Amino acid sequence: MFKYTALCVALFAPLSTYAASDEDLRAIRAQIQQLKENYEQRITQLEQRLQQAEASSKNAETTAVQAQAAAQQASRPAASSEGAFNPAMSLILSGTYGQLQRDPAISTTGFAMSPNNNGYTKGFSLKESELGVSANIDPQFRGVATMSLNPAGGVTVENGFVQTTSLGNGFNFKFGRYFSGLGYLNEQHAHAWDFVDQPLVYRTLWDNQVGEDGVQLKWLAPTDAFVELGAELGSGRSFPGSGRQKNGAGSGVLFAHVGDDVGTGGSWRAGVSLHQTKAENWVSNNVPNLAGTVGGVSDRFSGDSKTAGLDFVWKYAPNGNVTETNFKLQGEYFRRKQSGLLTYDFTAPGVTPAGVNITDTYAVTQSGWYMQGVYQFMPRWRMGLRYDQLDPGIAQVGALNAVNVISNYGYTPKRDTLMLDFNPSEFSRLRVQVAQDKSRQGLTDNQLFLQYVMSLGAHGAHQF
Amino acid sequence: MRTIFNMLLAAILALLTAPTFALNIFACEPEWAALTKELAADKADIYSATTALQDPHQIQARPSLIAKARRAQLLVCTGAELEVGWLPVILHESGNPDIAPGRPGNFEAAHSVTMLEVPSRLDREEGDVHAAGNPHIQTSAPNYLPIAQALSARLAELDPSNAAFYRSRLQTFTQRWQAAIVRWEKQAAPLKGQPIVVQHRGFPYLNNWLGLKQVAELEPKPGMEPSVSHLSQVLEQLQRQPAKMVIRAAYQNSKPSEWMSEHAHIPAVALPFSVGGTDGAKDLFGLFDDTIARLLAGLNGN
Repeated sequence: MFKYTALCVALFAPLSTYAASDEDLRAIRAQIQQLKENYEQRITQLEQRLQQAEASSKNAETTAVQAQAAAQQASRPAASSEGAFNPAMSLILSGTYGQLQRDPAISTTGFAMSPNNNGYTKGFSLKESELGVSANIDPQFRGVATMSLNPAGGVTVENGFVQTTSLGNGFNFKFGRYFSGLGYLNEQHAHAWDFVDQPLVYRTLWDNQVGEDGVQLKWLAPTDAFVELGAELGSGRSFPGSGRQKNGAGSGVLFAHVGDDVGTGGSWRAGVSLHQTKAENWVSNNVPNLAGTVGGVSDRFSGDSKTAGLDFVWKYAPNGNVTETNFKLQGEYFRRKQSGLLTYDFTAPGVTPAGVNITDTYAVTQSGWYMQGVYQFMPRWRMGLRYDQLDPGIAQVGALNAVNVISNYGYTPKRDTLMLDFNPSEFSRLRVQVAQDKSRQGLTDNQLFLQYVMSLGAHGAHQF
Repeated sequence: MRTIFNMLLAAILALLTAPTFALNIFACEPEWAALTKELAADKADIYSATTALQDPHQIQARPSLIAKARRAQLLVCTGAELEVGWLPVILHESGNPDIAPGRPGNFEAAHSVTMLEVPSRLDREEGDVHAAGNPHIQTSAPNYLPIAQALSARLAELDPSNAAFYRSRLQTFTQRWQAAIVRWEKQAAPLKGQPIVVQHRGFPYLNNWLGLKQVAELEPKPGMEPSVSHLSQVLEQLQRQPAKMVIRAAYQNSKPSEWMSEHAHIPAVALPFSVGGTDGAKDLFGLFDDTIARLLAGLNGN
């Protein structure tokens, strides 16, 4: 029985299998198909994931950098400002060799009552070394100090001012000791001059540079072109002021500057300045007089000084690329009116021999101008030409001194200057300058200067 | 009186009808002006302080730049001391604290990328080196991705009302830029490992990206004019170790490169260096299309 059943099973099993196959096979095929599809899908998914992985690994570097950048941006680290916490330090080394035909101490004709600090020395000489320190003090203030190390010994504070950094709306407030914003050249430090010396008009009317102890407020208009207005109140410590002991302001300055670009290569700035101060007991020595006293006499002046000035600078470089070639043309004009009391042949009481000490009114209007062009004709090499002229004016001398004081010198001081400089890098400059100086009547001086100007330390940014 | 009134009225009308931009942007270099344009489109009034034909190290602190900085809400610059010779004066004189270093209005692209050639020795004897590294980061296309991201975030921070707009612009730019990078890398494949001479050390990021091998520099020290004696030395070196071409930036004097080209018998290639440096470099995409085309032309000997 069992055998039979087994046989039956054996016989029919295939049959039954066979019979089942028709239907099941379809199911199996469907299953296989499903499996296949499933795997294909999975493989595609895997492939996709692989591709994604590859892509992301490619981008991993970028992403990492991005993440890093994002982190950095988020914390916004100290942008490269002046030094970490240390102030920016710079030192200027400068020296000249001078070849002069005349005694540099002889003053400009018609300007014997002005300072005569031309800075000339025959032969080799070290010029003032300038030590500069600047840094942000806190979020509101920035401090700048420039110490001048005198070659003969001693240190003077050339600049020592504090500047606001957060007033906004175009306002800049400065206090301390600073170079006045009048004119164009006045704010520039000696190492940035294009010639060894200042123009005659700066030497005689401003004692080279007007440095003030006081306050300065500047406002920049929110216009597309540059429009700047400035006002200063100072002590009047530098010429034509005499550093009086006085409460309140001893000098006042107003200035306005406008400027813009012309095309891609040109830019300009023009300005107007007004300066007012008083001198008290300003003593000038070796002033020539009508009596023809040998070595002149001493005169003392007390009175008002009002000066107006115009300045203009135009710079051009092809495509605005100054590295190759560039040209700079600048000119300034100043006119000063002084009026007050002049004491002729002044001597302090008790000094012998006593002078005649005659005091009467005195008024004079003096002016001067210069025009200069500096051309960088190839990288590193520049040449410059400057013309200077002064007008000593005709003084209104009070009757008491009419026979003593020279009112009209009848001479126009002039000077022609030619300069060539070589700049091995932006930190070093070697210069040769020749000039024919006719600033002293009958004493034409053919001058030759060799100069070096080197800057060490912080990379200072230069003004226009 | 009436004419004055009419003129005033006209002025007021002109002010009212003038296009109002959300952000006033001062870009130090043209590549950042172009990137800002990609990211902010017409939502910003963008002024580029320099052109690609100017040496970005040596720019005059012109009155016009001070006036533009006065009104800017965002400054977009390279940083890494590239602008150290002129930007500080502009920032002090502008009386605009919003764009002072460290403020949100002061964006330095160099913060977003990994700097190359960070000097281990800071000495001016080495020429015009920058403590933070080589600042010419704009010569590598991949550098723009993190910079764009950071810049877009900064735009959104300063002008939150348009944040979504800046985000979508960034997304579009990133996609287009990534696709372009793939294309550029494929085009530039033949440049890989090719020896080149550069006039100024201005291309480390480009070299690093495309695998160019810089074998010599025409400037004896960075920022110093090539001298005849130094050029002869480089020529001697090239005779032992030849290079395929000598490259320079559009703003640089062509003479040293041409001298080397003539004597070493290799092509002199002027690269746009920034947007506007060549006719082809009209925008950021054109900058790299043209850069690679010029390098390939140089490689093929023209």
